[in-house]
Amino acid sequence: MSQWEVVIGLETHVQLQTKSKIFSGASTAFGAEPNRQACAVDIALPGVLPVLNREAVVCAIKFGLAVGANIAPRSVFARKNYFYPDLPKGYQISQFEIPVVAGGGLTIRVGETEKFVHLTRAHLEEDAGKSLHEDFHGKTGIDLNRAGTPLLEIVTEPDMRSSAEAVAYAKALHSLVTWIGICDGNMQEGSFRCDANVSVRKPGGPLGTRREIKNLNSFRFLQQAIDYEIQWQIAEIEEGRKIQQATVLFDPDTGETRAMRSKEDAHDYRYFPDPDLLPLEIQPEWIAAVKAGLPELPQAMQQRFQASYGLSAYDAATLAATRDSARFYEDALAVAGKDNAKLCANWVMGELAARLNRDEKEIAASPVSAAQLAGMIRRIADGTLSSKLAKEVFDALWNGDGKDADAIIEVRGLRQVSDASAIEPIIDEVLAANPKSVEEFRTGKEKAFNALVGQVMKASKGKANPQQVNDLLRKKLSA
Amino acid sequence: MSLSLDDVSRIARLARIEISPAEAEQTRAQLNGILAFIEQLQAVDTDGIEPMAHAVDVVQRLRSDSVTETDRRDAFQVIAPETEAGLYLVPKVIE
Repeated sequence: MSQWEVVIGLETHVQLQTKSKIFSGASTAFGAEPNRQACAVDIALPGVLPVLNREAVVCAIKFGLAVGANIAPRSVFARKNYFYPDLPKGYQISQFEIPVVAGGGLTIRVGETEKFVHLTRAHLEEDAGKSLHEDFHGKTGIDLNRAGTPLLEIVTEPDMRSSAEAVAYAKALHSLVTWIGICDGNMQEGSFRCDANVSVRKPGGPLGTRREIKNLNSFRFLQQAIDYEIQWQIAEIEEGRKIQQATVLFDPDTGETRAMRSKEDAHDYRYFPDPDLLPLEIQPEWIAAVKAGLPELPQAMQQRFQASYGLSAYDAATLAATRDSARFYEDALAVAGKDNAKLCANWVMGELAARLNRDEKEIAASPVSAAQLAGMIRRIADGTLSSKLAKEVFDALWNGDGKDADAIIEVRGLRQVSDASAIEPIIDEVLAANPKSVEEFRTGKEKAFNALVGQVMKASKGKANPQQVNDLLRKKLSA
Repeated sequence: MSLSLDDVSRIARLARIEISPAEAEQTRAQLNGILAFIEQLQAVDTDGIEPMAHAVDVVQRLRSDSVTETDRRDAFQVIAPETEAGLYLVPKVIE
């Protein structure tokens, strides 16, 4: 193990799921032709004024409640001043001294270890436009459709100690913001983007100088970028160089981070309260109303799954990873019954998850419905189906070859045979046909017994109840 | 507090304003005049008074989340110096 301790804090830009922009009535829909959704406010024509979108504030309140944070009764919008062509006003409207959400945190899990990551703050701000650097006769093209899209920037304390923890946090946050419905979570479209502040230090020593990796839009890039950055910083220090504070970009092709060219004044944003916007007041009644409309949160649901259904912490966390998955599980359980909670969990996390993964389908679009899966599970629980036959039924359901498990069992004759009077004649035949195995078993070879079980199962075309075959066979051999 | 000529040129650079040395000297005198007023204001005892973020003591009105703006790209781009494929063109930006 290296003698360096890694310190990571994350800043995440979460695009809020509103119909219109944070300060204008232009649409936020993704994929429009360039500048078709950029109105006079978004392109900063003279004389326009921003008016705050109520829904963006509701999203911030929901988030604050979900992470147990303080929601500021009064917060202030500020101008962050810098020049860039995709920021037509010359400043970004953000929040600085008094953000709408402060404190709170998220519990993350790496392997068996739980950890609480503290949040510093979350503030509302507007997104910038897009610069297209492809060749426009040596010029840059500007698309302002994204300008003014509402963002919640969520900032952690420097609580994470490895790239694995950073990824676990990012995943937990992603799950939470989609769970409470404030973000669509689409990372390819840029709805959830992470900046990672990374430094290394001697354990217990003062914090090292950090470098900020910008705009990581996948969990894999987040992990790769942090791992590369850690190795780079350690190598620099061990070779006697000092780390300079810098903003760096991750190049997925090379797997390396490199410092952006930045001018010395680049970070002098000269924040001041935006005179165009009055302070935002949030009354306790408003918070209470939003709270009443919040769904059960992932952590509460996981605890309930453990307490009510007897699931392990791992199973509960896996099933409640998304709202769709939790809903599917509970829908299945409503039909299969609570006694089959573990069996249901195994099927949802096992065969179903594997198939969905293979066919790149979301659980909400599963070809096998929760009720269909539950119907099949009931037939496993009551002994009609062995697990081998169940797989065949599941295949048929997946391919749409029958409306439910019972219909498939009926049509294909898949019913497990548990009737001793039907199994015994098969056993007698097998014993008569395999005198050698019988002899071997009698001289103490347990392997021979398994071979006989296999023969009986084969003769029954897989339908005999395996436990019963075992019991009956042993009884006959010892007679 | 008073500003040096270096401070003035730095502020001008941040604001992307080009000023000549003569203008810098003149601007310095004007800005220092404003700062003198602010020093007078700072002499007032404001202990225990909550800072205001706005000159008017009212709060933000909110709008409902609905799309009210229609596409006016063509009208906006008539006054832009250069456009192509719906994009505003600007001198090459290298980050």
